[in-house]
Amino acid sequence: MKFGIVAFPGSNCDFDTFYAFHDVMNQPTFWLWHKDHSLKDVDCVVLPGGFSYGDYLRSGAIARFSPLMQEVREFAAKGGLVLGICNGFQVLLELGLLPGAMLRNKHLKFLCQFVTIRMENAKTRFTHKGRTGQVLRIPIAHFDGNYFAPPETLEEIEANGQVVFRYTDAEGRLTERANVNGSLHGIAGLTNKNGNVMGMMPHPERAAETLLGSADGRVILESLMSRF
Amino acid sequence: MKVRILVSFKDSVLDPQGQTVKNALHTLGYGAVRDVRQGKVFEIDLAGVSRAEAETIVPEISDKVLANPIIEKFVWQIIEE
Repeated sequence: MKFGIVAFPGSNCDFDTFYAFHDVMNQPTFWLWHKDHSLKDVDCVVLPGGFSYGDYLRSGAIARFSPLMQEVREFAAKGGLVLGICNGFQVLLELGLLPGAMLRNKHLKFLCQFVTIRMENAKTRFTHKGRTGQVLRIPIAHFDGNYFAPPETLEEIEANGQVVFRYTDAEGRLTERANVNGSLHGIAGLTNKNGNVMGMMPHPERAAETLLGSADGRVILESLMSRF
Repeated sequence: MKVRILVSFKDSVLDPQGQTVKNALHTLGYGAVRDVRQGKVFEIDLAGVSRAEAETIVPEISDKVLANPIIEKFVWQIIEE
């Protein structure tokens, strides 16, 4: 598997993400610059976290117009694998590759902490090395992670099994307190209908080695690396 | 021509920033404040554009860029011919 890490002006998790795929998982990994018009024949495009274009206007709103994202849109339409982490998730929402939008966190605070999330669907390209119901401890770091979608969209994504992660307590229970940012249905990560595009607010690349406090994020990297 | 575009959350979307401003106003004793919705204002200077053209361009850029139609709505007006 060849991975491409996208760098926008203002991305700040791009090196961590590159390191996780290239050094921790030993995968062929390439840089993709936002002005590029080619995806360098990678098998999976990863949009890392950060503050692309300063998060001006709305998180991810400007990044979606970059030349590379037009390539990513076509790549995704042909079934290519795309993972958006944090700001990358916001870009995918703005681009319309994933349904819904992000609002400011419910308590209006930037949240930078470990959270626990429950794997809701272990039959995706991004999670098949895990199991449904598994609880992962992975950090978040965002201001706008309060997932919103209109009721009919929510109903549809739930019915399709597109919700991949929900914020829960350490025992995997959905509680008001565990839903730190106020996301509807506690949604922390979801895929598109075809299952080839996933966005998630928690940072798996920051939980790829025990030295970092958790290696729970590896299950996502390992799922992507291995045959589905 | 100058236009002013006001982007705000749809009524169906919670606006935690507006809620916080409302709470602050209540704390200051402005009990009459029933609700606060916070938004963004854009003033755009358009060169060589007729009124009819503005009526096409402004909603287009508002929908495409300035507002996210999933959560936001917009209204606009011409503020300078």
